[in-house]
Amino acid sequence: MTVSPWKRRLARSLTCALALGVALSTQAADAKKKGKDEKAGEAPYASTYKPYPGRPTALVGATVYDGRGGRIDNGTVLFENGKVVAVGGADLTVPAGYDRVDGKGKFVTPGVIDIHSHLGVYPSPSVDALSDGNEMTSPTTPDVWAEHSVWPQDPGFSRALVNGGVTTLQILPGSGNLMGGRAVTLKNVPSRTVQGMKYPGAPYSLKMACGENPKRVYGGKGQKPMTRMGNFSVNRQAWIDAKQYMDGDHAERDLGKDTLEGVLKGEILVQNHCYRADEMAQVLDMAKEMGYKVTAFHHAVEAYKIGDILKANDVCAAIWADWYGFKMEAYDGIPENAALLAKQGACVVIHSDDENGIQRLNQAAARAQAAGRRIGVDVPDAQVVGWFTYNAAKAMGIGEKTGSLETGKMADVVLWNGNPLSIYSRPEKVWSDGALLYDADDPKRKPVSDFELGQPGEGDVK
Amino acid sequence: MKRRLILAALLAAPALTASLSALAQDFAITNATVATGDGSAPIEHGTVVVRAGKIVAAGAGVAVPAGIQTVDGTGKWVTPGLFSAITDLGLWDVEGVDDSNDTSADKSPFNAALDVVPALNPSSEHIAVSREGGVTRASVTPFNGGSIFAGQGAVIDLGEDAAIVVKPRAFQYVELGEAGAKLAGGSRVAAHTALRNALREAREVATLTAGAQRQGDVLLTRADAVALAKVVDGTQTLYVGVERAADIRNVLALKPEFPKLDLVLVGATEGWLVASEIAAAKVPVVTMPMRDLPAAFETLAATMSNVGRLKKAGVKVAIGLFEGGNQPRNAPQQAGNLVALTKIPGATGLTWGEALAAITSVPAEISGFGGKAGVLAPGAVGDVVLWDGDPLEVSSAPVDVWIDGVKQSVDSHQSRLRARYKDLDETYLPKAYDW
Repeated sequence: MTVSPWKRRLARSLTCALALGVALSTQAADAKKKGKDEKAGEAPYASTYKPYPGRPTALVGATVYDGRGGRIDNGTVLFENGKVVAVGGADLTVPAGYDRVDGKGKFVTPGVIDIHSHLGVYPSPSVDALSDGNEMTSPTTPDVWAEHSVWPQDPGFSRALVNGGVTTLQILPGSGNLMGGRAVTLKNVPSRTVQGMKYPGAPYSLKMACGENPKRVYGGKGQKPMTRMGNFSVNRQAWIDAKQYMDGDHAERDLGKDTLEGVLKGEILVQNHCYRADEMAQVLDMAKEMGYKVTAFHHAVEAYKIGDILKANDVCAAIWADWYGFKMEAYDGIPENAALLAKQGACVVIHSDDENGIQRLNQAAARAQAAGRRIGVDVPDAQVVGWFTYNAAKAMGIGEKTGSLETGKMADVVLWNGNPLSIYSRPEKVWSDGALLYDADDPKRKPVSDFELGQPGEGDVK
Repeated sequence: MKRRLILAALLAAPALTASLSALAQDFAITNATVATGDGSAPIEHGTVVVRAGKIVAAGAGVAVPAGIQTVDGTGKWVTPGLFSAITDLGLWDVEGVDDSNDTSADKSPFNAALDVVPALNPSSEHIAVSREGGVTRASVTPFNGGSIFAGQGAVIDLGEDAAIVVKPRAFQYVELGEAGAKLAGGSRVAAHTALRNALREAREVATLTAGAQRQGDVLLTRADAVALAKVVDGTQTLYVGVERAADIRNVLALKPEFPKLDLVLVGATEGWLVASEIAAAKVPVVTMPMRDLPAAFETLAATMSNVGRLKKAGVKVAIGLFEGGNQPRNAPQQAGNLVALTKIPGATGLTWGEALAAITSVPAEISGFGGKAGVLAPGAVGDVVLWDGDPLEVSSAPVDVWIDGVKQSVDSHQSRLRARYKDLDETYLPKAYDW
């Protein structure tokens, strides 16, 4: 079936779904020798990200959503030296030397976070030469790292920043494999190198995938896994082998088992592509059997059927607002998914898995909220903002550092020109670690990637 | 083939409103914010009157006929039903399940002759869900299989009844640009040669008396050539999938040899770079406005301002291309984003009225239903949507939907699932008994 440029859903749903998260430590062996105190900076491919300079800034008079359910009308947000200094009401004193930004009629949120992106590994232009997201050569490839595929020049990064206020994102390998490899968390800052984008101290995640994709990819080759039971069989054996490796002397290094060992030690998170409720429950049992934890199920379109189980297991559901029907395991998707999960007290994250959707995570959240409201599940705006800020950060293991406007946290901040849950609103200014990286009123305060230079549309508003 | 055509004719015949008018109720919606879809600003405290499945009046100061059923629209909005241009509605149940997917036929010996009508399924969940989202009419196109010609699309209504086809074989779809080049043999050169050759063969077939032999070399099956004859003589619209500015110019350059072509550009991501030429050629555009990435080398100049800039240059532009996971019910989100653009320095968006028109009256006009659908105007079909708020706002949704004056149910697989799982209580019986 030939597809025209916008007819790529099938291909994408295959390539995107599964990411393997891996933690900070590069090699279990080294970690074992050095102990658990190994610093992120000592890891290979270490982050070289440095915050850009900012000015002490006071956002005054806006409605502030802090990302953790708090709302302050006519609020004040102060940040300096890359950190949030204080968040309060109109009575909060603005220290001398601060730039005042009038936020009257506007809104302030933490920087938007996408827990599920393939920017860089499936960049624009989406040509084969840049298609680096799925190492579909073996059902389990926990040895590969997404950061080794990321093309920092992907123009998608700047669109996500400018239109979506995205300041942090997790780049996952695709879902062609049961264990797709390590994901990487990036600051959405233009950089010549991936290391220059790497979020300092963020844990790795292992991308896993259950369901249709791996069985289709390998079953299609007449190879195991061809079925869902095959999926579990291959996974369980991989965990058993990893445990054996973990107990050994690590004389011979195995990159894949290093990753799995990191998961078993709790240093590497698991981001598990999984759609169906019954299948998620089985994965949770597998995690119990093998002794690891699933941090979040991604694309969990049937999560609403097991909100109680997800809550009990402290697993987040990273979901779209209302994608459905494009594959069999998405047939029971409903727009009320997020709201019903929230009603159960389960953790909701709105994700994109899409280079266009990442530009409108706020709108997706608003759609999901509205669908709930229509069936009597009324989730307050301030909580909904957490679906694309703090909850995402939490599920990426960086909730202590970002995702909310709290004193001492990274000054990742978006000033919206209206309510972020309205279709009519857009980011007006975006700060990353207190540095102004986008300003709608300043045409030059907007990144243009190397790829776009000198080509049609360079520097245009997008 | 003959049997298929007869079947198509049978399906198509009872279309429009004749068989439905018995179910259509006369009614008026009062005191609502009325947006007629014609590009004008919404009118507060307006009235809409529908009789015998047609719009009678809409706007301010409209008298409510005595004895007519009235719906209180206080605090609500009324619009025409959304018209979704270029969809795959009714052609698949699960996109990734091939058995359920009739969008393309890459192993068929036919291409231009292919006609979506026999595949259209009025009971498709996607139709139900789209209807619930306020979509009442749509154009449905096949996708390309093994040829640059995808086949013939239809215009449908989304009513619950079985009569789905409003206009069969409403248009032919041809894919040029990168995708067309690949299909035609590997380059744009091949695609243009294939297109021109096909149109020439079609023109020749049209001149033959019935049963006469075609002369010389032929590449098209007779059925394909016969289908394309309608394109050449302008009785069937030719939708051309094309993105790059240079490719758009090449499409416009078909006119000297084939002057009767009734062209519509589909995609036209770089349309804004040649907006004045498109406007001068009076060729409308159907596009997806939020695509702002250089997804391919043919869309390097992609920007959300494409629609606004085309419109400003005088091009008739509709929002469309709702296929796959890109659901027609999300059309208002696309339109609303164009309004949001008006607040971004340097960007070009649409007014609220223009944005609504881009998902109602304009796609209806491009699809051949100007004044007949996508608009609340006397004589238009009674496709009316009552919304719980500003229809372009993401938090809003339809309260009620009428098609041809017939009130539609909002039941679907999705609505049943949400009802079943609104709570997770299985104390007395499994969820399977909760229906």
